[in-house]
Amino acid sequence: MASVRDETFNEISRMLDSYRKSAAPITTETDITRDLNLDSLAVMDLMMELEEKFDISIPLNLVPEIQTVGDLTATIQKIREDA
Amino acid sequence: MSLFDRFKPLIRSHASVKSCGADPFGIRMDRVLSPTEAMIGGRRTILAGTNNYLGLTFDADSIDAAHAALAAFGTGTTGSRIANGSYAGHTDLERGLAEFYGYDHAMVFTTGYQANLGIISTLAGPQDYLIIDADCHASIYDACRLGSATVIRFKHNDARDLDKRLQRLAGTDGNKIIIVEGIYSMLGDQAPLAEIAAVKRKHGAYLVVDEAHSMGVLGATGRGLVEEADVQSDVDFVVGTFSKSLGAIGGFCVSSHPDFDVLRVACRPYMFTASLPPSIVASVLAALKVMRARPELRTKLWTNVDTLYDGLARNGFELGVQKGPVVAVHLPSPEQAIEMWHALLEAGIYVNLALPPATPNNSALLRCSVCAAHSREQLETITETLTEIAFNTGLLETPAKVAFG
Ligand SMILES: Cc1ncc(COP(=O)(O)O)c(C=O)c1O
Repeated sequence: MASVRDETFNEISRMLDSYRKSAAPITTETDITRDLNLDSLAVMDLMMELEEKFDISIPLNLVPEIQTVGDLTATIQKIREDA
Repeated sequence: MSLFDRFKPLIRSHASVKSCGADPFGIRMDRVLSPTEAMIGGRRTILAGTNNYLGLTFDADSIDAAHAALAAFGTGTTGSRIANGSYAGHTDLERGLAEFYGYDHAMVFTTGYQANLGIISTLAGPQDYLIIDADCHASIYDACRLGSATVIRFKHNDARDLDKRLQRLAGTDGNKIIIVEGIYSMLGDQAPLAEIAAVKRKHGAYLVVDEAHSMGVLGATGRGLVEEADVQSDVDFVVGTFSKSLGAIGGFCVSSHPDFDVLRVACRPYMFTASLPPSIVASVLAALKVMRARPELRTKLWTNVDTLYDGLARNGFELGVQKGPVVAVHLPSPEQAIEMWHALLEAGIYVNLALPPATPNNSALLRCSVCAAHSREQLETITETLTEIAFNTGLLETPAKVAFG
């Protein structure tokens, strides 16, 4: 049975699919700005999309610490659990 | 990796912008002839890339007052208000601002940037929440980083999104401080302040409005959007600058919070930097008087806004959605914006080139600013030249398309 965390990850990787630079699938290790076609501005837009999707607010203070898709999943998961 | 390696992408992109033949981010004005004209590269150039909305940079009263203060008080204060003392002008200006805005207290800062940095970073403590419009100015973003509060962005000018975000915070401890601007500097649109104020009341939040671009421009007496939208009782803090409509430099905050003055000994961007020189303070006080005594400047500004905005819209340009003294011309690509910016400069017209990431929604803009001192002829020259260049570069399909939609 998939955990809530897996579901969050699956949703996020679906949203990130169009930003992939190579055929390699998105994993928790995927680096958001290095491995994906996202500059710092696009990351901010992505955050807004994720907030919409998960009905949460992602504090700006947390964004610099998010490097990989795994970090992103953990952050969003934590915000959802705390809500 | 060596020290400057991480700037390589920036060096490359700046070089590609400069390759148009001039550096849009390094323009030098050899002489300034009036609020609306300067000599740039040996050419007489119409200025439509300032924030000189009322055209007060050469106001005779302000210049005289600055001269007198320079002679009486010297060139500079050599230190901060806290460590080295205030000059009479500083407190006179603060009294004048509080009275003008109808708040109990005022604090003057050395720049508008520092006013935001100081007020926002100091007001919000570690338990508090800053909820800012996504299109807020860099000084507001930097203030958020300087402080210790949790920072949340809401969708630009979307009071419902703001409401949703405050709803999510319901039940949390900590004050909620909303930050918006009167007029947004790049697209020239205004905050839906009545709706935002209603959301603020609903959630018991605080509201800060940055009137940097709306002071002197909006409201019956030029106080800004707060006055225009008639929501002063909901606005806890107004921040602003003297560098735009008042034609000088400096920043301020007004508020009626009874403990406001404690910020003077708590706010680091106020305490640890030198205060404004007396000549500037005198010039600002004089400009404030002129702004109040001559509402016709505001009327003229808006007549000029109609001339430029309607003229460009009629010719088929895609403009910022809301009419105002910042007229943003949307271009399909940065390359096209750069090309047109350069052609305008060669034709003797200076506007601002605004490119991502400094612009909302990745847009490439020619930001044109309107001044009360622009003549109708100058505004028509801007419209006609821009249209001709757009036609020559293929942006507009017909020389003067009469387009509504
Ligand atoms: C919205 C806004 N706030 C603050 C500032 C900072 O003001 P100043 O340039 O006077 O420091 C600016 C402009 O630079 C601005 O556009």
